[in-house]
Amino acid sequence: MTTLTVNGTEYPLDLADPRVTLLDALRDRLDLTGTKKGCDQGACGACTVLCDGRRILACLTLAAQCDGREITTIEGLESHPLQDAFVRHDAFQCGYCTSGQIMSAVALLGENRAGTDADIREYMSGNLCRCGAYSNIVAAVREVARHA
Amino acid sequence: MSIATGRTQETGQGIGQSLLRPDGTLKVTGEFAYSSDLWLDGMLWGATLRSPHPSAWIRSIDVGPALKVPGVFAVLTHEDVPGEKFYGLEHKDQPVLAIDQVRYQGEPIALVAADHPETARRAADLIEVVYEVREAVTDPRKAAFDLTIPPVSVHGNLVRHQPVRVGGTFTADVVVTGEYEVGMQDQAFLGPESGLAVPAEDGGVDLYIATQWLHVDQDQIAPCLNLPKDKVRLTLAGVGGAFGAREDLSMQIHASMLALRTGKPVKFVYGREESFFGHVHRHPAWMRYEHGADRDGKLVYVKAEIVLDGGAYTSSSPAVVGNAASLGVGPYEVPNVFIDAYGTYTNNPPCGAMRGFGAVQACYAYESQMDRLAEACGLSPVEIRVRNAVSQGSLLATGQVIDTPAPLADMLRELDAMPLPGPSSLDLRELPGGVAQTTHGEGVRRGIGYGVGIKNICFSEGFDDYSTARVRVELLGDEPHVLVHTAAAEVGQGLIMVKTQIAQTELGIDRVTIVPADTTVGSAGSSSASRQSYVTGGAVRAASLAVKERLDALTADGRSLTQVLAEEGPVEETREYRHRRTFPMDPLTGQGDSHTQLALCVHRAVVDVDVELGLIKVVELAAVQDVGKILNPLALEGQIHGGTAQGLGLALMEEIQVRDGKVLNPSFTDYLIPTILDMPPMKLSILENPDPHAPYGLRGAGEPPTLSSTPAIAAAVRAATGLPLSRVPIRPDDIALAVLA
Amino acid sequence: MDFLRATTWAEALRMKADRPDATPVQGGTDVMVEINLDKGRPKALLDLTPVAELTEWSVESGNIRIGAGVTYTRIIAELADRLPGLAQASRTVGSPQIRNRGTVAGNLGAASPAGDSHPPLLASGAIVEAESVDGTRMIPVGDFYTGVKRHALASHELIRAIHVPVKRGPQYFSKIGTRNAMVIAVCSFGIALNAEDRTVGTGIGSAAPTPRRAVEAEAFLAGNWPAGDLDPAVAKRFGELVAAAAAPIDDVRGSSGYRVHALAVMARRTLGWAWQELRNGGRS
Repeated sequence: MTTLTVNGTEYPLDLADPRVTLLDALRDRLDLTGTKKGCDQGACGACTVLCDGRRILACLTLAAQCDGREITTIEGLESHPLQDAFVRHDAFQCGYCTSGQIMSAVALLGENRAGTDADIREYMSGNLCRCGAYSNIVAAVREVARHA
Repeated sequence: MSIATGRTQETGQGIGQSLLRPDGTLKVTGEFAYSSDLWLDGMLWGATLRSPHPSAWIRSIDVGPALKVPGVFAVLTHEDVPGEKFYGLEHKDQPVLAIDQVRYQGEPIALVAADHPETARRAADLIEVVYEVREAVTDPRKAAFDLTIPPVSVHGNLVRHQPVRVGGTFTADVVVTGEYEVGMQDQAFLGPESGLAVPAEDGGVDLYIATQWLHVDQDQIAPCLNLPKDKVRLTLAGVGGAFGAREDLSMQIHASMLALRTGKPVKFVYGREESFFGHVHRHPAWMRYEHGADRDGKLVYVKAEIVLDGGAYTSSSPAVVGNAASLGVGPYEVPNVFIDAYGTYTNNPPCGAMRGFGAVQACYAYESQMDRLAEACGLSPVEIRVRNAVSQGSLLATGQVIDTPAPLADMLRELDAMPLPGPSSLDLRELPGGVAQTTHGEGVRRGIGYGVGIKNICFSEGFDDYSTARVRVELLGDEPHVLVHTAAAEVGQGLIMVKTQIAQTELGIDRVTIVPADTTVGSAGSSSASRQSYVTGGAVRAASLAVKERLDALTADGRSLTQVLAEEGPVEETREYRHRRTFPMDPLTGQGDSHTQLALCVHRAVVDVDVELGLIKVVELAAVQDVGKILNPLALEGQIHGGTAQGLGLALMEEIQVRDGKVLNPSFTDYLIPTILDMPPMKLSILENPDPHAPYGLRGAGEPPTLSSTPAIAAAVRAATGLPLSRVPIRPDDIALAVLA
Repeated sequence: MDFLRATTWAEALRMKADRPDATPVQGGTDVMVEINLDKGRPKALLDLTPVAELTEWSVESGNIRIGAGVTYTRIIAELADRLPGLAQASRTVGSPQIRNRGTVAGNLGAASPAGDSHPPLLASGAIVEAESVDGTRMIPVGDFYTGVKRHALASHELIRAIHVPVKRGPQYFSKIGTRNAMVIAVCSFGIALNAEDRTVGTGIGSAAPTPRRAVEAEAFLAGNWPAGDLDPAVAKRFGELVAAAAAPIDDVRGSSGYRVHALAVMARRTLGWAWQELRNGGRS
């Protein structure tokens, strides 16, 4: 039996098939569907979550590897200023990438990588946005970083 | 099951304001329910067996091994399709499941429902199909013109041939010719196809689906299920991007068939690889152009041959061909025109709608030609365009008069006057290649290019294009409250704000709720062709005005609105809204008022190219677009950014590579779309020259930037390299190896 | 499929000895792609992430011994001064999320010719420390790659660490991708100058069945070590010899002709930067 700690709650998980990814476990077992599946191979960033505070891709992580670690998903944010900034700057359209963008940006602030727009772009470059809201994503992250 | 679209708006805004997305809070908290997030207890998972071959006879299908897998509830083939076996947007030529043959790689052959997605996939793999592989027809020009090539479709190999014929002078002092190609682009929305079909007690099915057009889905699904339309009820689930790829059906009929067969809810979620096979793409194009002009650069004639590869099935190819033909000379005054636009059937992946829809391909070619003409005439790229620019009163190649403002020359001058960005720093992230450090400045040349595009807004060529809105005013918590109900698909474009703002403006009531889109209200038409603000916006306005008229009458006796609503109950009106009628193109001459509205966008691209390695950094994109009336500035800018980014992708990186009918790169590691480091900052100027025929004078805005950014970037790369570069996407090879030669 | 979770290195070695068919998984950024796309179904996975020893690096006789669990993010943050080539390559790996999980050892285990860490490892003469219950083997990285996605590890061996010599001169890494971030290499090149010995190390990525050195180019430069400024003809010849060492194919990411050309350019440019840095005693 594996125990996943997600957003502060412990979930016992029977992983009869150990190939279950953290992403599938979150979405299909724990009903935490805020984390999205976009590419199955770590190439889009839609499934970005925090593991012990660091951003990782849930699709490339086995649920079983997360035993004893603290996972934070978009559902675990408590009115983070980035969420409000994303809305005010219209930093998304369809919104499918948004959970991943915000989780990535939360981590980026902690990594002190938001000093310049070039930094924000480099360290947000693992999150694709097909609607092309990139300018507004930079604006939202920049604003929160400046006021942090 | 309920689909939330967002909280009630509490603050009055109205049109012209940057109302924030009512669904924004749900989207930033992860609560917004996309179609892939839907869940019902006891539901089954669907999987699709697809053809590995682009062309083959199917000699036999044995579903036995799949049925034996524990957890499998149903395995279906074409024999299990309850009603009509074929569907399609324009021609019903696409089999629900392949019958006796497959015509493209990835064509669905059989379906499985199982209690776990992996069980369903594994069972599908166990279905034994015996193929007799045929040689695939993959060259669209041969398919169309070589009569020895076997027909791919029951319609032959030509979807549509649309000529445009104007005048008879095809000689000029200055003549430039060129052959151009556009690769196959994918919409690559981030949320792959998904949906949930729930069998209903009345024998029908309720389908929760991410789509662009609920009613045309319903129209296609019901006959195949052999059900009356009222037993096929669709509700829009959250849509993770669309861009044209959700205009055709994907798994809608499949999920419904499995749900009806098993009596259980069935959910489908495509993975990324399957998504590349699960929807149509942008038509790749081969185009040959000849432009003739006088020595002052004034166009005398344009001759063009345009071949668009529609792949195995019709989809919306006929309309795509119509756009390429009718807009094939661009927004220029051309007294003599000789265009032949063809759509073909081949065994390549089916192509259909993608943002820009036929106009994108032609725009790349005619804009490339305008640059060649400028060079031949010794004029600047801006000047050649200004000299030939259409304006209000000009004729399109179709003979249609542009009867609304079209200040292209002014737009170009404004674009030209925008300040240029300074030189890039030597920060790796500002150089071509980025942090992969391919240059510290060596080989880097700057180039500037311009692109101009003209796009028809709304459906054209006589299509009965309309939308429906139901608007209701009632008391909620003792306060007047508006409910707006349409079937229009919010796909991220922000229609949900526009509808809210229109209702606020027309009714003077701040509190507006957008009811989830479904088929219990009349059709809204498609969320495509940049048409929803126009048509559904028009319908919401009409219904709001009708409600307002009744409320005004009721309050004429001095009662307050609240009092009236309390005493008389809710007031509700439903209205259909149609734009101005359009007409078919003459099949021999292409003449006819085929479009209802035309929109212009112009781009300037500044690029840095490492000419030795062929790597490119787009430094800045500037655009001027005339939208008639700005409804929501923030959302509008987002549309221009997004359209521009997709045009950038087509210019520099995006292509589904197909060899012998097979897709070589169905993944996000090899089908590359722009990252945040690829998309530069933009300078925008948005003009408001109203179209008096449209609600509030608005012009559709989502597509035009997708047209003009591609040729602008290509032109900038040409300027930096001095190479002709007649194909997009431009690959590093095209530059580096040509420079070497 | 079985899932084995080692909590200590000794346990990991025992597990691998018992289950030589187990695929070790660290960050998962290679292994999981195969599993998700159902391209390989390993009989067992051996999770090494709980093994604390692996997440450390240390300095040992002029080398940095990088534990198999040290992520790219940490190499960038902690080792850029001593292993600049590897740090530069690490900065181009996937995305920040991938770099938080991915490891050099994982790159070696996958042995993809396109792996970003291979060229700098080759250029600086890294050594792979392989271990099993039978003991430890030190494998020069040049001998490690044996074929496309194949390597020299025995079935019961695991990678314990990678020993990378601390820089003895300027190092550069350069990689071609068709967009400006998050891209798999079309081809890549690493160079490491050894100022004292007057030698150069090279590494070519994604342009042959395995990552490989450009041995003739190395010999040429050592034999024509510039006395002062770098002669452009020497740089050009060096580039040509690097290109000649490659044996690329055409694939969806690029043509063989382009790869050969690009390698020549990258080799010439990186040598120029390295030489300038050497002459300036600092940044190029």
